[in-house]
This record gives sequence, structure tokens and C-alpha cells, in this order.
Amino acid sequence: MSAREEILGRIRAALKDNPEAPQIPRGYRKSSGLDEEALIELLVDRLIDYKAQVCVVEAAQVSARIAELLASAHSYVVPTGLDGGWLAKLDDVRGAGRGRFDSDSAPLTVAELDGIDAVVTGSAVAVAVTGTIILDGSPNQGRRAISLVPDHHICVVKATDIVGILPEALRRIDGTRPLTMISGPSATSDIELERVEGVHGPRRLDVIIAR
Amino acid sequence: MSTFLGMPSLPVYGTGNLHASESFPKAAHRELGNAQLRVNLGHATHTIRDKRIQVISELPDWEHLRDTGSAIKEAVMARLPELLEQFEENFTSRGGVIHWARDAGEANAIVAGLIRETGETEVVKIKSMATQEIGLNEYLEGQGISAFETDLAELIVQLDHDKPSHILVPAIHKNRTEIRDIFLREMPSVDPKLTDDPAVLAAAARAHLRRKFLTARVAVSGANFALADSGTLAVVESEGNGRMCLTLPETLITVMGVEKLLPTWQDLEVFMQLLPPSSTGERMNPYTSLWTGVTEGDGPQTVHLVLLDNGRSAALADEMGRSALHCIRCSACMNVCPVYERTGGHAYGSTYPGPIGAILSPLMTGIQAEENNSLPYASSLCGACYDACPVKINIPDILVHLRSLDVDSKRGKKKIPTQMDAGMKAASWALSSGKRLGLLEKGLPLGRLATGPAKKITKLPGIAAGWTQSRDIPAPPPQSFRTWWAKEHRRPKIDAAPAPSPEKEDQR
Repeated sequence: MSAREEILGRIRAALKDNPEAPQIPRGYRKSSGLDEEALIELLVDRLIDYKAQVCVVEAAQVSARIAELLASAHSYVVPTGLDGGWLAKLDDVRGAGRGRFDSDSAPLTVAELDGIDAVVTGSAVAVAVTGTIILDGSPNQGRRAISLVPDHHICVVKATDIVGILPEALRRIDGTRPLTMISGPSATSDIELERVEGVHGPRRLDVIIAR
Repeated sequence: MSTFLGMPSLPVYGTGNLHASESFPKAAHRELGNAQLRVNLGHATHTIRDKRIQVISELPDWEHLRDTGSAIKEAVMARLPELLEQFEENFTSRGGVIHWARDAGEANAIVAGLIRETGETEVVKIKSMATQEIGLNEYLEGQGISAFETDLAELIVQLDHDKPSHILVPAIHKNRTEIRDIFLREMPSVDPKLTDDPAVLAAAARAHLRRKFLTARVAVSGANFALADSGTLAVVESEGNGRMCLTLPETLITVMGVEKLLPTWQDLEVFMQLLPPSSTGERMNPYTSLWTGVTEGDGPQTVHLVLLDNGRSAALADEMGRSALHCIRCSACMNVCPVYERTGGHAYGSTYPGPIGAILSPLMTGIQAEENNSLPYASSLCGACYDACPVKINIPDILVHLRSLDVDSKRGKKKIPTQMDAGMKAASWALSSGKRLGLLEKGLPLGRLATGPAKKITKLPGIAAGWTQSRDIPAPPPQSFRTWWAKEHRRPKIDAAPAPSPEKEDQR
């Protein structure tokens, strides 16, 4: 008998008392009921608590803010699907200057990514109550490696993509895409259970909330 | 449910690092001698308790989430064969390869074979209880394959050639200075002026592992959740080592217990609200990764999953105990346990320590395996673990159930009744009748004679000696409560209702 058949057989035998699957009570909250201003305020508060840097700007100011944050970076990478307007103040991005595009047809190698200082991505949805940003690999976010290897992640969150609690966010997401939920810069609680920021993931997380 | 003998399908128990090789009282006695361990554990468990309470107090629907989580897990157990087949179909149709492992040995052999196929002799690892349980690292070492733990606490334990003592923070028994000393001793290129500041230690770990992450071609992981309706796997972590392992290598091999399934995508919204507050006392953990088979151009292009039984079906066969399989490995129960806080995790022997380990280990190995029958007694039954459990596993009830399995398993082996048997018989005779008890209580003053001038009993004979080993028994009172009550209420009282007669009291 194959291991599969044997294990399934053991499990069926273990359930010979035919336990009934209970009705699932779902009395928990499905939404927070907060308005956009309250959501922005809460998300900012949570991100700061995680030691991320946050700013809230008008949509037209995003490119200026990105340029400012990248001022000291020697190099940066962006996914090809990033909103072109966001790069308006970074005219060298397409050239041989500091900026690199990462695309399906011409992906950067891990070694190349390791040599790059920063990455700029969009995001799929953000959860205000937990301070969580979800990336789903859409063209404006790119593949997972680019938002992981560079040490500085600049992430743009549109105000309309902010929801209150996790159930609202997961309803907006296709679970079969490669997903990354990010709540602050990388951290560890492994030494005396005290949280310390900055381990293997990007040690610097800048979130730009665009109205 | 006390025995399966004579039934057509005997439970097949788990192997690997699930056994205590020394009885809990013995091991606990030794661990309690380590004052530094108690200081470290006391500090860490109290820190995490406070954080957990704080974060949970922000969630008005916490109890609803627990109820839902508990019901979902109960449904998963009831529908396990069907859900496993559904998961397999979805995971496979998206390019993943499923392997089934009956026990630890089979799982180890599968993983080693898959690594060998890639031609690699080094793998990076994400912290995983399942691979700890099957002893994968040691097995791979014997096969000439080096497995590098990348979680900070696992790295500390691995560098120190130690054993994990907590399911979330395996190095919880080490303080910052001890960790610095391990790094200085075991990390070849570490700065000799390394301080014990946790941030500095984390940076040292980053530098130590960076090259490994960037060059590894094979990663081994566990999984926190698996969604049957989509074939999706999830890893919940903090440091980004998980993201590195799940994203950069070409081949990913995941080892997961069969009980980790959740039926639907919607169920994830419940468990991702239950797990982080219960684990690290955070509103949300820094990183969670989800992947569904293979995604072209993003992450590993060869994805394997080893589905592990190793005693889970045996635990499932125990109707009283099967809810132990609801465990999502958050570690909240050990953080609140007064026994764990003092003895630490090593005293439990198994990979799974603390209250959940005290039920899970014997359920997976059978109560008679080595010294695992001592684990259900490693508790004062205070119930703090039940209160803290995000999926409401009634650990105290299962502990009592396992104690009865232990007693039953020894029944009939001995021809001569033990002192305990005789004592229990006598107690049953005395306590089943108020009159008999009243009669016996009249003998209390005699007990006072045995106490001597110190008015306490310092040494009892036979098995009762265990009680007096660390405490004295005060002298019995000159009369029993009931004798006192009867005397007090004999006096006639004017304007007062008549007191209940002593006879009536006796019959209660």
C-alpha cells in the first residue's frame, strides 16, 4: 500500500466514530466601520509603532516624496508596472544611472539585487488596525525578490486601498497569487522576547500614503 | 476509548523527537537547579504575557474569533480525509508535488532524496516544528547534507549544539550575554568586540547568514497553514529569513503535519487574527508569506510538500484527545504555565514542551512510550493554558483523560495491589458515607499525638512520603469542622431559626 493510501486509511479509521463537522459561528467583526480619515490616522499610528517611517501626501506629491527618499541611494530598483507618474521626478530611472527596472523578461539576478540600495513598489491593500501592507505581485509591485533583497523598501499605499481589519483586506485579494504581508521592517523577538527591528528583511521601510 | 486492543485498526504511533527519555519529575528536578534558567524564563514569559494581554484587549471580538477558530479546527478534523484530497488536487494542479510520509524516518528519507536530486549538499532552513519533530537536521548531517537554521533563535540553538526549549523562541532559556558568548565562540567572522545589545546580536546574525541566503539553491520549511480550497501554503514569521528561503532558492521543500489544513481562504482571516497576538503579543507579525504551487518568474520553480502523519492519526483516534491537533503552535500555553515557567522546555523531553506538549506528545506516541506517561502529570491543572489557547483546546481535561489512560495501562499488570490502590479503596469506603467519615474524624485528636512538640508531621510513611518531602503537615485540629459545627449549634437560641440538626448535616 502506498503511504498516501495508508495514511488516509489510518485517518478514516481514526474517525470511525463519525464526528460531525460543527456549524461555524462567525460572530467576529467583518469590517471596522471607520472612514478614510480615521483609517489613515490608524495606519500611520500602527506603522510608526513598528518603527516604519510614514508620510501622508497628495497623489501629485508622491513622485517628489520618492525622489526625496531616494536622494541618498546609490541605486534603486522598480517593477516595470510601477505608476509612471511616481517616477516623474526621477528622470534618470530609465537610463544607465541609479535606477533599474525589473521585469519578467529581464529579471535582475539575486547578486544584482544585493548590490542595489532601495526598491520602490506599490501595494495591493493595507490593513489599518494591524498596520499591515499586502503585496500580491501585481505589475506595480513586481516579484517578491525585489521587495526583499534591497535594504530599503519604499512602499506607496493609495488611501483608497486602506481597509480597517484583516477580513476586509483578504476579501480584496486573490489568495493564489504569491502574497507577502508586511507589518513594519523586519524584526525579531528571539532575544529575551524583546522586539528588535532589523534582521534579514529590509531594515528600513518607508510608507507613502497617497490621498 | 481506553483501549484499541482487538479492534481492526490499531493506531500507529509517531517516532522521532517526541519522547521523554527521562521522567518529568526527574528532569524537572534537575532543571530547577539551574537558577539562571529560571531567571531567563521568568523574565521572558512575563514580558510576553503582558504584551499578549495588551494586544488582545484591543480586540473587542477576541472571544468570537476563538469560538470560530475552535469550530473550524473541529470541522477540519471531522473532514480530514476529504480536505487532504482537495488540498492535494489544488496544490498539484498548480505545479506542486506532494509526498506522503507515514513517520519520521520516511519523511527524513524523502527530504534527503529530494535534496540529493538537486545535487546540493547545503540547504537553508526556516524554523519548523515538524522538521524538529522528525529530527531532520541530524538525519541530513548523517547523509552529508548541511542544514543551516536561519531563524535567529534556531541559529543560536544550532550554534550552541543545544536543544530548543520553546516552540516559538527555541532559545528562550538563553539570555543576551549567553547568546553573545555563543556567537563569539561559533561565528567564524564575527567582530570580537561584539556587545550583548540585542540589536547588535541581530545584526551579527544578518551578516552571518546573508551570503547563505543569496547563494542557497534549496530551502526547507514548515508551514503554519494550508488552505484546502486553493492549495495555498502560509509561513508566518518576523525576521525575513522566511521570505529569503521561500523566495530566492530554486527548490523549496516544505514538511507539514496533516492536521494543519484550513478549509477555505476565508478561514485565514480568523487564524491570522488569532496567531500573532497569541504568539509574540503583536498586532501582526512582521512578515507572512503565502504561495500556491509554482508561480512562473516569482520564487522557487520546484515546490515539494511532504505531508506527515507520524502519530497524528493516532491522536485523532482518541476522541477525548483529538482536539490537541487543533494546536496552531502559538506557544501561549507555555508562556502562561506556572510549571513551564519554572522547569523550562527541556524537562518535557519531546519537541513539544509545556501544556500542549504534555498532551500532544503522549497522544502521538501512545501513553506507554518511554517516559511520556509522566507528562500528563506535569501540571497543576490550574487551567491558565485553556484560557490562553486561541483555539480553546481544553488542555486540563485532556491531561486528566491521559492520566486515566496511564492508570488504565498499568492495571492488571500487577498481582499485588499497590499502596495507592489500597489507599484509594479506603478513601472510597470512607468518603462514600457521611456516617463513616464522621466516625473516622473522631480519631483526629489521635493524630495530634503523633505530631510531637513541634505540632507538625514532617515525615509520612510509604508513598505518602512524597508529600512530606518538601513540606510539613500541620497537626490535625482537635476536632473536625462538623463536630465543631454541631457543638456550636446545639445551644438553643431565642429569636433565631432552628439550626439544622447534626444528623441532617451528616446525610448531605
